Amino acid sequence: MATGEFAAHAVHAHAAPTSWIRKYVFSLDHKVIGIQYFFLALTAVFVGMFLSLLMRIHLIWPAASLPLLGDIKPETYLTLLTMHGTIMVFFVLTTAPQGGFGNYFLPIQIGAPDMAFPVLNMLSFWVTALAFFVMIAAFFVVGGAPLHGWTGYPPLSALQAAGPGEGLGADLWVISIALFCLGALMSALNFITTTLDMRAKGMTLMRMPLTCWAWFITAILGLLAFGVLLSAGILLLLDRNAGTSFFVPLVTINGQLTGHKGGSPLLWQHLFWFFGHPEVYIAILPAMGLCSQLLSVFSRKPIFGYKAMVYAMLSIGFLGFMVWGHHMFMSGMSPYTAFAFSVMTMAIGVPSAIKTFNWLGTIWRGRIRFTSPMLFALGFVSLFISGGISGPFLAQPVLDIPLHDTYFVVGHFHLIMGVASIFGIFGATYYWFPKMFGRMMSESMARWHFFITLIGTYAIFMPMHYLGMAGHLRRYSQLTELNYLHGLVPLQTFMTYAAFITIAGQFIFLFNLFWSMKFGKKATDNPWEATTLEWTTATPPPHDNFGGHIPVVYNDPYEYSVPGAPRDFVMQTDPATVKAH
Amino acid sequence: MASITTTASVDTAQVLLAGKDRPSPESLDYAARLRRARLGLVVALTAVVMIFVSYSSAYVVRQGLPTLDPRTGTLVHDWLPLQLPNLLLINTFVLLISTVTMELARRQSAREAATAANASHAVSARPHADGMPWLALTTILGVSFLAGQWLVWRELAASGFYVSTSPSSSFFYLLTGMHGIHLLGGILALLAAGVSILRGSAESSGVMVDVTAWYWHFMTFLWVYILCLLEFAH
Repeated sequence: MATGEFAAHAVHAHAAPTSWIRKYVFSLDHKVIGIQYFFLALTAVFVGMFLSLLMRIHLIWPAASLPLLGDIKPETYLTLLTMHGTIMVFFVLTTAPQGGFGNYFLPIQIGAPDMAFPVLNMLSFWVTALAFFVMIAAFFVVGGAPLHGWTGYPPLSALQAAGPGEGLGADLWVISIALFCLGALMSALNFITTTLDMRAKGMTLMRMPLTCWAWFITAILGLLAFGVLLSAGILLLLDRNAGTSFFVPLVTINGQLTGHKGGSPLLWQHLFWFFGHPEVYIAILPAMGLCSQLLSVFSRKPIFGYKAMVYAMLSIGFLGFMVWGHHMFMSGMSPYTAFAFSVMTMAIGVPSAIKTFNWLGTIWRGRIRFTSPMLFALGFVSLFISGGISGPFLAQPVLDIPLHDTYFVVGHFHLIMGVASIFGIFGATYYWFPKMFGRMMSESMARWHFFITLIGTYAIFMPMHYLGMAGHLRRYSQLTELNYLHGLVPLQTFMTYAAFITIAGQFIFLFNLFWSMKFGKKATDNPWEATTLEWTTATPPPHDNFGGHIPVVYNDPYEYSVPGAPRDFVMQTDPATVKAH
Repeated sequence: MASITTTASVDTAQVLLAGKDRPSPESLDYAARLRRARLGLVVALTAVVMIFVSYSSAYVVRQGLPTLDPRTGTLVHDWLPLQLPNLLLINTFVLLISTVTMELARRQSAREAATAANASHAVSARPHADGMPWLALTTILGVSFLAGQWLVWRELAASGFYVSTSPSSSFFYLLTGMHGIHLLGGILALLAAGVSILRGSAESSGVMVDVTAWYWHFMTFLWVYILCLLEFAH
């Protein structure tokens, strides 16, 4: 990485571009780049969702022939599962909240004209986009997409002959992940430098909106985690193509020795989960920050325990690096090691509970405005609790070992990492759409979207816990014919119907998004009566964000219903001598 | 590379944005730009450190792992000890010299940038290319180091150690290769710094040379670390 070259590019402003291609394609403007990330994630989420629907259809109608795929063989199902997981985790949950909204709003919320290194920012988006194209290309090569799961465990992922899709498809998968890591590292570099060095006068760290704290901490996690995944990916690529044995032990395929010996699949698991667990927080921390923001704005109350929220996020991030072993209880780990990982994992319950009670404290006796962003923030809290509560169950090896390979885990991580983060993304979209596109989104469509999605996702993922407790294994394409699972077929059918309805509901969102860009009600500069800096500037913000001046900050970010103030909110830039504390 | 073309317009953009009369808190004077660039570099190097931390732990773990010998059915070690070629010491010496020449270039350009920044905010008309010979020498030494590493690879291959021969040789090629790629990035940065000396203001090239130099020093340190790991970690 020629980092020095970019690092020296310390320009904090660039003249507004005039050509179409510099304005909308290879733009240096963090706002354009944020929107590009958003649409990349939007494309990815529909691809990922389509794959999940195919899986759900196959689970209840195993004999049905599917569009584009024909008959589903067990390995085809694994391909769907792998690509669904990979696309959703990397190109949706990591891309939209941080790359999309973080890019657009971090500089504005701290009062900066752009990111610290705009060229690097542009590059990080295009590398991520390239990674997505490479990932999608895996579908179309000989053998198709890989089937080793989003976690890519060797030896399955490391041997070309291990199955269809493990040839060129798997190579493309690893290359795509490596490119994604590069993009994520460049992005983290920008977020951290921008947050530390480009805050406006008066914007102390403890005056930053919690969204900025969340993006900042997420960037630190990304910086420390993606380098490890990148190095593991390079080792895997060498094992696959250069005959090395980092991860592959002595294995035979159809009685033939593969030529590898002595490598350790567990080494991959350690490296992967050292990245993989922080990745969970990379997906959800921005949603936590956003949820805090929305609950305060729409309860017209200051956030309950601002400092506690900041320290809770910091400790979640810190503990996130100590718990990777809880993904490996099944690996024959020493019980003492497992115990240590278990205790650390349950310790994360403490900062998580602090955040949850602070959210409840924030809306307690507030004058709540049930706008669409607020609904999604409340939905986030609900999902965070119901998805998080099974965390302490799984953190205990004695419970994890029987549950690990069942639907229980699928239900757990979909609720907390998947759907809760997605609710954060939806909340962010409804909240910031007026600032980004200058128009309001339709509230009535948003409400339909919210209730269908909330009830629908609960209907899909809650039953998975019962399936898991009944011993229904995950990852298998066809278990419905087994006697002991026969009684669960109606439940599976119910979940598939719920998936159909939920996915239909997402088209309401898609329609609302594009319809409102053109026909939505014109937005004022501050339609939600919020206090942070993005609402002080024009809608949409000018090229340099604040139209030639740089704001000066006098107040904390959540000054709502301040006694004695003329309005029920005090902008961060209001110089009025309101002493809130 | 796009950064090189835009650095020349930094000064104009800065004047445009800072407003006409009021010095904004974000006005990009030399010290502020240097601080931001150095901060970015520290963050970037953290990512590089994480990459080599993972490789180091993999190196130690893999070294201790036995494998099954299918003929005898016993566990054996497949880690063949690697005799490091002596040429590595010469390469190390070359890189250590280059870090000294790089530091001389950095000090020279820092002096010129500070003078220019103190004199006026206008683009300095005085030539500020005194650091150029040191920069060129560093580039040559850096390329020599990479060429030397290539020769080491050839020597190892000639003695029968290929990438897949033994985990010890796999790690040798991996660590030297990854370091080489990073150093190549440093050489590109050196070329970019050379261009900025010729075309940019003294402040711009001062910042550029400064971060390149710290990156270069880090690459030297990293190399010494890798060499110690390969030689002493058993």
